[in-house]
Amino acid sequence: MSADWSAIEFVVNGETRNVHVPPMKRLLDVLREDLHLTGSKEGCGEGECGSCSVRMNGELVNSCLVPVLQAQGACIQTVEGLACDGELHPLQQAFLHCGGAQCGICTPGMLIAATHLLTNNPHPTMAEIREGLAGNLCRCTGFKRIFDSVLSAAAQINEPTAQEAAHAR
Amino acid sequence: MSAHARTRIVGSPVPRKEGVDKLLGRARYIDDIEREGMWHGATIRSTIPRGLIRSIGFDRSIDWSEFAIVTAAEIPGHNHIQLIFADQPCLADGQVNHCDEAVVLVAHPDKQRAREAAAAVKIEYEPLPPVFTIEESERQDVMVWGTDNVLKSFLLEKGDVDSAWESAAHIVAGEYRTGAQEHLYIENNGVIAEYSAEGGVTIWGSLQCPYYVHKSLLSVFDLPEDKVRVIQTETGGAFGGKEDYPSVLAAHAALLAMKSGHPVKMVYDRVEDLAATTKRHPSRVRHRTALDADGKLLAMDIEIATDGGAYSTLSSTVLSRATLHSPGPYVCPNVRVRSRAWATNTVPYGAFRGFGAPQAIFAIERHMDEIAAAIGIDPIELRRRNFLHDGDTTATEQVMREPVILDQLLDRALAESQYHAKRARFAGENRNNSVKRGMGIAAFYHGSGFTGSGERNLNSLAGIDVTLDGKVRVLVSSTEFGQGTNTVLTQIAAEAIGIDYEDVMMAPPDTGIVPNSGPTVASRTSMVVGRLIERACLQLVALLRKNVGLGETFMREEFFAACERYRAATGEVVSLCRYEAPPGIFWDDQKYRGEAYPAYAWSIHVAQVAVDTVTYSAEVEDFWAVQEAGRVLNPVLAGGQIEGGVAQGIGYALYEKVLLQDGHMVNNQMTNYIMPTAEDVPPIHVYFVEIPFSHGGYGAKGIGELPHDGPAPAILNAIRDAIGVSFTSIPLLPEDLFEKLAVRTAVAEVAAV
Repeated sequence: MSADWSAIEFVVNGETRNVHVPPMKRLLDVLREDLHLTGSKEGCGEGECGSCSVRMNGELVNSCLVPVLQAQGACIQTVEGLACDGELHPLQQAFLHCGGAQCGICTPGMLIAATHLLTNNPHPTMAEIREGLAGNLCRCTGFKRIFDSVLSAAAQINEPTAQEAAHAR
Repeated sequence: MSAHARTRIVGSPVPRKEGVDKLLGRARYIDDIEREGMWHGATIRSTIPRGLIRSIGFDRSIDWSEFAIVTAAEIPGHNHIQLIFADQPCLADGQVNHCDEAVVLVAHPDKQRAREAAAAVKIEYEPLPPVFTIEESERQDVMVWGTDNVLKSFLLEKGDVDSAWESAAHIVAGEYRTGAQEHLYIENNGVIAEYSAEGGVTIWGSLQCPYYVHKSLLSVFDLPEDKVRVIQTETGGAFGGKEDYPSVLAAHAALLAMKSGHPVKMVYDRVEDLAATTKRHPSRVRHRTALDADGKLLAMDIEIATDGGAYSTLSSTVLSRATLHSPGPYVCPNVRVRSRAWATNTVPYGAFRGFGAPQAIFAIERHMDEIAAAIGIDPIELRRRNFLHDGDTTATEQVMREPVILDQLLDRALAESQYHAKRARFAGENRNNSVKRGMGIAAFYHGSGFTGSGERNLNSLAGIDVTLDGKVRVLVSSTEFGQGTNTVLTQIAAEAIGIDYEDVMMAPPDTGIVPNSGPTVASRTSMVVGRLIERACLQLVALLRKNVGLGETFMREEFFAACERYRAATGEVVSLCRYEAPPGIFWDDQKYRGEAYPAYAWSIHVAQVAVDTVTYSAEVEDFWAVQEAGRVLNPVLAGGQIEGGVAQGIGYALYEKVLLQDGHMVNNQMTNYIMPTAEDVPPIHVYFVEIPFSHGGYGAKGIGELPHDGPAPAILNAIRDAIGVSFTSIPLLPEDLFEKLAVRTAVAEVAAV
């Protein structure tokens, strides 16, 4: 431990975490090495491929470009924070059934970008989906089944539950 | 088996076997894995394309005692990477033959220190003259490989080409070129190695072919088979790029593990992966074609040259597949293909989805449109008049015994894409519009499985066993890297036995556990290995019926109870099967003649493009892919293979350019090596016509490589249709369009003045 290291406190997937690390260490490395959250991947190390996408204070960021100092006090969501009590998030469910994941290496980042998109725009058009995922490269799928997955998840999320539907009547 | 033979699991879109782990972010790729006391390796690479190593200097400001250092002198066995030939050194010894060739390895407990130290090693060279292009290599002024720079050559001959020209009504010649292409799997190459004097070498890694790495390590370390163990970890894309290179990287990491006495991880970053690992072979293909007055092919004289790079790696087999796909899906009485792979001082080119076929098919399918224009016939009609049918004979004199339904596939493609109506509409609209649209097609086959006697030589072994906790386990070295091996083989086993999808699991892809079912390449897994699994399952059921009274019909519980009775009697429940060639398959390697492939998948692609004559950009607006690839085992996975392959083919045609300077890739970053993004890929419409292949797993033929073969020629044919200008070289970037179109416009304006 070095004197010029920083104590960083932030919330990751709803849990307060403290790390003591070099302030310029990449957020991606802190997540993977210090917190052992290896779901976020490095594909290019320069913010082109989006495999390291996480949400930070509601913004979509490439965690390979964020010095951890900038994450001081932030709320961060990674792929590990999507499923709830062992139940797949509707996006994960849709990716599974529509074939949105093949080799899986871009999938965590793609899921986070899709989560970000649907949070800000619950009814995206195909053009908006394409734009929303343009920063996340997938070399396996040709993207089509990823788009299908997002559309399917959006429908699922937006569909009122039976109870809500009964109230609406 | 009819196309509609009833199956419960095969043919249904069951979810990907390892899908949940991938979606939860808990699938463990190589860089997610740590070993106790692990060090990190780094590679010192040549900075010149060719030369003698004069000295290796270590900067005195660094305490080198903290590091493990390995040079060629420390290799315990043979200093070569065993693939087809043994010409590629594991570490350069005395001479380098391409930029970015590995010379020295270092390892340190701290990854950053290892990298910094690597930068502090200085190698001095005495440069030798390099060769960078096919043409320079052909000139043979400078010999950089063997006695003639030729890594491999083939001659394929049918009939008598030379006597056909005289009687021809038309003779059309053309030259076509394709560039290198990078796989751009999103997970870079990476391995972890451990070494002990007693246990030998263990490798965990991102790789396609565990037994290729195994074989290569036996040679580098001079160890017996049981002292090398290779385990594939979850692999984040491969596309052929993890077929040959992992043998190099695994050897490097294992040498460092031996030297340091620690596990060593080597995971390349993107810059290193792009600069140092294999790519698709660049090619130049020349066609000279004779036709009669009705547009029927009389003779095809084809000359193929590929750039193989500095070492032979897989260039010979890539060239073979290029040769066998170069005449296209047509009947021609007289064919000659002369092909050569040339050595240059660039990083060796290697396996990439399609494996020589995309290069050859780009040439023939562009050439067919050039022929059509030259002799004044519709390009669709020209193809129809010459298509192969059942009973016809290919260039290698293979009789097409299985159904060939190109006409049907073409009709479907034309109907789905509204090809004729759109062409007519665009022709009208283009007159008054600076954005010009066009339609183009490509017709092609892709041979499934290894070429010629390849599958016989592989002699694959695969099977199943039953675990103590009541699961059937698939025993294969065939790996999953996104294409669906786990899912499809599980489906086949569950179907064949008559149990649930959830009752079947994959054994770990570990050479210490699974038999050698061959490499995961060549569109062979569903067809060849799938068939072995199907047979092994039926064999087990028969065994249980004969020995422990399993009934003719049974519930899954009865099957597992019978397995336990069999285990009690014999000690284990295992069923393995070895490859058996379909009957009547014969290949003559000397004459290069016979059944080139046991089966072919067939496809028609249609591209709709828009060329903006102001910005000089070409965009694919819509795309149709119609194919017959045997039985579709899983429609979601199969569709995903086609769509992904088409997208990669679009990149090959319009986006992806490997820029070399002195044989070193200078755009070795994702910022400047551009692949199609979510905003670039058009809608891709996929249609399957299913004709089960009697010797494939549940009727499957190969599917993975097929979709990469068609997009490039279909797109450039569509560009020709849109603007009436022929392009014969890919990648076709806006600057290439600008150069040709702007110059034409300038010439026309001068002429008008």
